[in-house]
Amino acid sequence: MGVKFENVTKLYSGTRPAVKNLSFEVQTGELLVLIGPSGCGKTTTLRMINRLEEPTSGSIFIEGREIHTYDPIQLRRGIGYAIQQTGLLPHMTVSQNIELVPKLLKWDEKRRHARTRELLEMVGMDYETFAHRYPRQLSGGQQQRVGVLRALATDPPVILMDEPFGALDPLSREVLQIELKRLQAKLQKTIVFVTHDMDEAMRLGDRVAIFREGVLLQLATPDELIRSPKDEFVAKFMGRFLAPQKAPVDSVRQFMQTAPIHIRRELPNGERVVQIADTSLWFRVDDEGLLQGVTDKAPEAPDQWHTATWTNSDTLSIRETDAPTEVLGRLAEGEAEALPVVDAEHRLVGIVTRRSAIRTLSGTLRRVEV
Amino acid sequence: MSELGDFWSKYGDQILQALGQHLYLVGLSVVLGIIVAIPLGIILTRIPRWATTIIAVVSIAQTVPSLVLFVLLIPILGIGTQPALTVLVLYSLLPILRNTYIGLRSVDPTLIDASRGQGMTSWEILTIVELPLSAPIIVAGIRLSAIYLVSWATIAALIGAGGLGELIFSGIDSYDTTLLLAGAIPTALLALIVGFVFGILRRLVTPRGLGADKAQILLKPDLRAEVIVR
Repeated sequence: MGVKFENVTKLYSGTRPAVKNLSFEVQTGELLVLIGPSGCGKTTTLRMINRLEEPTSGSIFIEGREIHTYDPIQLRRGIGYAIQQTGLLPHMTVSQNIELVPKLLKWDEKRRHARTRELLEMVGMDYETFAHRYPRQLSGGQQQRVGVLRALATDPPVILMDEPFGALDPLSREVLQIELKRLQAKLQKTIVFVTHDMDEAMRLGDRVAIFREGVLLQLATPDELIRSPKDEFVAKFMGRFLAPQKAPVDSVRQFMQTAPIHIRRELPNGERVVQIADTSLWFRVDDEGLLQGVTDKAPEAPDQWHTATWTNSDTLSIRETDAPTEVLGRLAEGEAEALPVVDAEHRLVGIVTRRSAIRTLSGTLRRVEV
Repeated sequence: MSELGDFWSKYGDQILQALGQHLYLVGLSVVLGIIVAIPLGIILTRIPRWATTIIAVVSIAQTVPSLVLFVLLIPILGIGTQPALTVLVLYSLLPILRNTYIGLRSVDPTLIDASRGQGMTSWEILTIVELPLSAPIIVAGIRLSAIYLVSWATIAALIGAGGLGELIFSGIDSYDTTLLLAGAIPTALLALIVGFVFGILRRLVTPRGLGADKAQILLKPDLRAEVIVR
């Protein structure tokens, strides 16, 4: 029993639209979270489903049937409704509160009591202990559980929840979220859940709809939202859930060393042997600065360079435009202690070493932590 | 002791008869006041835009001294029990009306919203949610009306409605202090008893679930005075 919005707009007199041209669908058995800053239209959207608010234009369907073809009282009795303030009637006991709608629907007493017992046991509340208590004799978390149970009392296929855990302390909230998740896995209700807490949205939502100023910005699974937030606002709203958008290091240059550079030998053919940052790596460079060869073994005497074995520089060198992660990978796998970096023309521009890479990364991490 | 016996043999029947008339006047006007004022109070909560104006008008009417009102109505209604009842009913309205209005308004709006969201009709919300929760405040209004009426009903004797006031005014006219006290003491006792009985009733209608603290607030006399006088 899905819920579908088609071009729904809600105007309050004299103000900007609370909801603007809204179209989306809640799948059967799905828990859809509506989230956004206060005044974004999420609660109005929820309240239009059970006609506590009437849309100015557009249509809303439940199981393919337009909600205005239902009698509002019958419609609401067929939809569960739980709110932040619990809405429990203070002059009625837990069981009287849970059995309110079943009683209005003329369920007989035996059936009502059996249902209450079943519901209480579903959330680990002992019937004998709690059924005859008044709401004020319960803790906040227990009251909110009863509020949710009341919404489930008639086993409605669609349930609306308006920040049901918003007033609870973080611990109770987490416990109830886990409980709801467990119940939902079993009951497979179609739930529309309003919250302003991103942790809650990511924890509970099969999909999450992000609202801003009456507009639905993005409706996606939590994974999709993390991977590809649609715009800056969504990204900002997702906050810490987003993977860093850029790698902490985005260029080889950031961890490349260029100094100190020493010319160890001028070769007879005009080439030079250079060493950078005192690593045990020597480079043969021609008079245009192009890298010709690399060796990790220096000859015993400075005039013996012609005996050195040079490795082809193409395989060993990296380009300064290479992806940093790839370069870091090569360093990490121990291919070499250090690697020469060349520019587009194959001129030697510097080296990367394990040490320079680690130093740069640790600096980046420190920046991130701050 | 024998003086009291003499007093009783002389005035006993008269006092009992006057007391009966008095109770009749008070009882009937309170009942009629309830029948008019509670529905009116409920209607006022449904038209909040007019409510303050209407309550203001009724409050002003209440400030007209009862003696003046009794006299003003003589040309229209004549004298006797019926005009007296009319005036007393008018006076009983305000405390009940005001407390009904304030009582219903004091119900947490989120409770009403949640009830509506669950599919309760307006009538169900009124009878299952609003009236039970505001019952202590409404009964406090009825209690105050009844206590006031016990004293106002004495003045009704001036237009021939009978009651304990008749003994008082006869006593004043004939400089008979004993006769005056024969009317005044039962009136005072009646006011105390009425207050006590309605106090118990109010406690009975206070929903158990509201808890001692909240019930206590509802029972606090200074708050009650504020509720009615404001």
